[in-house]
Amino acid sequence: MAKRLSTKRLALTGNEAVAEAFKQVNPDVAAVFPITPQTELMHKFAEYVNDGKVDTELIAVESEHSAMSAAVGAAAGGVRAITATSANGLALMWEILYIAAGMRLPIVMALVNRSLGGPLNIHCDHGDAMGARDAGWIHIYSENTQEAYDNTLQAFRIAEHREVMLPTMITLDGFIISHTTEVLEILDDETAKSFVGEYKPLTSLLNPDQPVTMGSLALPDYYFEHKRQLVEGMYNAPRVIEQVAKEYYELTGRQYGFLENYRMEDAEAAIVVMGSAAGTTKEVVDSLRDRGVKAGMIKLRVFRPFPHEQLANALSHLNSVAVLDRCISYGAQGGPVFGEVRSAMYGKTIPVHSYIYGLGGRDLTPHMVESAYNDLFEGKSDPRMRYLGLRE
Amino acid sequence: MSKLKGWKDIPIGAIVPHGGTAFDYETGSWRSFRPVHDRDKCIDCLDCWFCCPDNAILAEEGKFKGFDMMHCKGCGICAKVCPPKVGAITMKPESDFRE
Repeated sequence: MAKRLSTKRLALTGNEAVAEAFKQVNPDVAAVFPITPQTELMHKFAEYVNDGKVDTELIAVESEHSAMSAAVGAAAGGVRAITATSANGLALMWEILYIAAGMRLPIVMALVNRSLGGPLNIHCDHGDAMGARDAGWIHIYSENTQEAYDNTLQAFRIAEHREVMLPTMITLDGFIISHTTEVLEILDDETAKSFVGEYKPLTSLLNPDQPVTMGSLALPDYYFEHKRQLVEGMYNAPRVIEQVAKEYYELTGRQYGFLENYRMEDAEAAIVVMGSAAGTTKEVVDSLRDRGVKAGMIKLRVFRPFPHEQLANALSHLNSVAVLDRCISYGAQGGPVFGEVRSAMYGKTIPVHSYIYGLGGRDLTPHMVESAYNDLFEGKSDPRMRYLGLRE
Repeated sequence: MSKLKGWKDIPIGAIVPHGGTAFDYETGSWRSFRPVHDRDKCIDCLDCWFCCPDNAILAEEGKFKGFDMMHCKGCGICAKVCPPKVGAITMKPESDFRE
């Protein structure tokens, strides 16, 4: 049984909840540039800096490229560095995302998911994060404000683990989570701090007793080996993610893993989904269950490293599966999560279908989710991507 | 040339953990032209030694001793700075030295 500690229940937006977690962690450096819908997050954190509630050096940079570069510089200097962004901001960081991962710097970033233009749009989809899926970062998705807070605290432990040493982004759906006030439970500052712990860097550019070169050149004779090392960090991450989740559960009673299985035990068909849409999908599952329909849902929390085995096991007893993507991979057979899920299901005969929803902040209504379940139960198969809530 | 290491034996994140590692790294394999020295013409001015970007000119007691072929990239600066009237270093295609 989890031991209960002193906690506080607060009504916060997703942005405020992540800022609260960052405040409790008290990172050494925050390098930030404003962009909707992330702006409020770092605005809040900047208040904590201004009010002396954290010791963080806040660097207000001139672009997101510089924000990630400054975070890389700080992390190479041996300190805990954070940043936060959305959409085009993440796109502008693209080059440096790979450098942060390649240098194995455990930077923690909050990504407030927003669609990429054009046309210009400030609302939620996962196209921004998916553009960075191969950058070597760990990606952790949040369903609500509570998870955004919890994931932020856990991210530091995962990123900084000696056998992982990978930058980690936690995501929250733009506006849907970032600007919605929800009641959540937060740890007291001391408990949060001691859970996250002191950061002990592997090495530092500022240590005169151990002078090192970082960001060095690796030619065809060594580059490949360094990339393989990064893969090993990803291979080690699942064990660490599980261990950190276990400790967090003992502290809070809130359970985390790679997947959340919702009413899956006797389910005949299920939807796989990430982020805030999981909340809507659970409602639909409940209403279908009330009518005797054996529907289930799997919420994918960790997209990188992708939990192929756990997912294949969780889906193996079903008759059919639908994957809901809040992103299109143009010219692919389906959304990016669909591609991963179907690959995980290789060799099984269970059909997996791709649905695209919610681009540019389009609402996903229970009716739309139900229509996908209806397709599954009616055996309507279509090898092409299907769309939820799109006008013909 | 030191033996190339596997991915398990190299520092994380391509960190170079101490100084002097360039000495162990063979850049001589990049060479397409090889400097050839003529002892009879050389006046030991050592302009080549001063100018070589890779410390690949070996000198001893103020005399030219030879080239460090493990590190010489074949840039030809030594041949260029050798005084025109001396012309003790010429660049020859590496293919001339193959069997």
